[in-house]
Amino acid sequence: MELFGIALATLVLFVGFGFMVGVLFGFFGMGGSFLVTPALLVMGYPARVAVGSGMAFVFGTAVIATLKHHDLGQVDYKLGGLMIVGTSVGIEVGRIGVFYLEELGLASGVIGVTYVVLLGAIGVFVTRNALKNDGSDSSGGGNHEAADEGIDPDAIPDIAKKIQSYRVPPMMTIAGGIQVSLWMVLGVAFATGLLSGFLGVGGGFIRMPAMFYLIGVPVPVAVGTDLFEIVFSGGIGSFLYGLEGGVDLSIVAPLLAGSALGARIGSAATGIVDEGDIKIYFGLMLLGGSIAVAFQQAGDYLGIEVFNTVGFALILLSAFMVSGAVIYSTITTMRSQASASAPSAD
Amino acid sequence: MIDLTAYSPAVQAGALVGAVLLEAFVLYVGYGALERVATPVLERVKRA
Repeated sequence: MELFGIALATLVLFVGFGFMVGVLFGFFGMGGSFLVTPALLVMGYPARVAVGSGMAFVFGTAVIATLKHHDLGQVDYKLGGLMIVGTSVGIEVGRIGVFYLEELGLASGVIGVTYVVLLGAIGVFVTRNALKNDGSDSSGGGNHEAADEGIDPDAIPDIAKKIQSYRVPPMMTIAGGIQVSLWMVLGVAFATGLLSGFLGVGGGFIRMPAMFYLIGVPVPVAVGTDLFEIVFSGGIGSFLYGLEGGVDLSIVAPLLAGSALGARIGSAATGIVDEGDIKIYFGLMLLGGSIAVAFQQAGDYLGIEVFNTVGFALILLSAFMVSGAVIYSTITTMRSQASASAPSAD
Repeated sequence: MIDLTAYSPAVQAGALVGAVLLEAFVLYVGYGALERVATPVLERVKRA
């Protein structure tokens, strides 16, 4: 059975997967889109379609999130405009890299290995952080709501303070009256754009901390400006990939429909559930994603089809486990709050 | 469905980006309205 030219089972799979990704994005403020491109790669889509469609999905998700942050006044449009310039150049360089590697027949392999390394490294960092803090600290997990509360200046590493102290002209003033070097802004934007163009991700998981640590942008403004910037970088990236037939609307539309609903539930859950309780699952999910792509790469290399299936199942299972944990924790917390506030017979 | 294959790749790519943008706006407004309707209902269920 088909709907809009897509098999119903595939449509349900994409809406469901989008919903899980949306819950994660809404709750953690990052990481959700990181699962989409590997999942499409594991499903056997060509690298350019997986990256291009992943980027179009990020674009749509960022539009929805930016509309919310605009209402909160957390977007520095001047900084965002400059970031767009640097990021656009970075995306174009990354895109050229993907197409060049595709001509050589190496694109899926190189992108896959990059994902394994990045997802694995971030997964280890988040899991170690969660175990160390034992769920008592919500910093560093990428939660936008938690991030908005600010970070202790003492938490800024010395190397970051040193980088911020360099004053290479021309200097510019950003939100909060902070003076920053234009070159630093463009450099951070280019580096994250390169990553976006190469991997088909929004790049927020690197750009947001980079804006805070390397440029000195206040965290709430970094979050809003990052999302605003992703709207443009994602839009430009989608257009560039679309020119080469790399964006498949039958993938993006159902993913976005599911993720928009999931993101609302995930956002609402941040006010109910303690992020620290879930963070370890998030780290394990990233590690699961890393292992899944590794399986897919090994399957392709060794010609073992079952490895691809195992990889795909691992990605779905990881996303399902963490988004399920968020929803389950939300329901149980709401129930316990309701029973605690119920009038007593005494 | 609208057939865009007769148009240049730039028009096709622009239409794709426009379609995603339009879907995002529709979803933002649609789910926002749904949330406004569903929240009071959920609150009533929670209190019952």
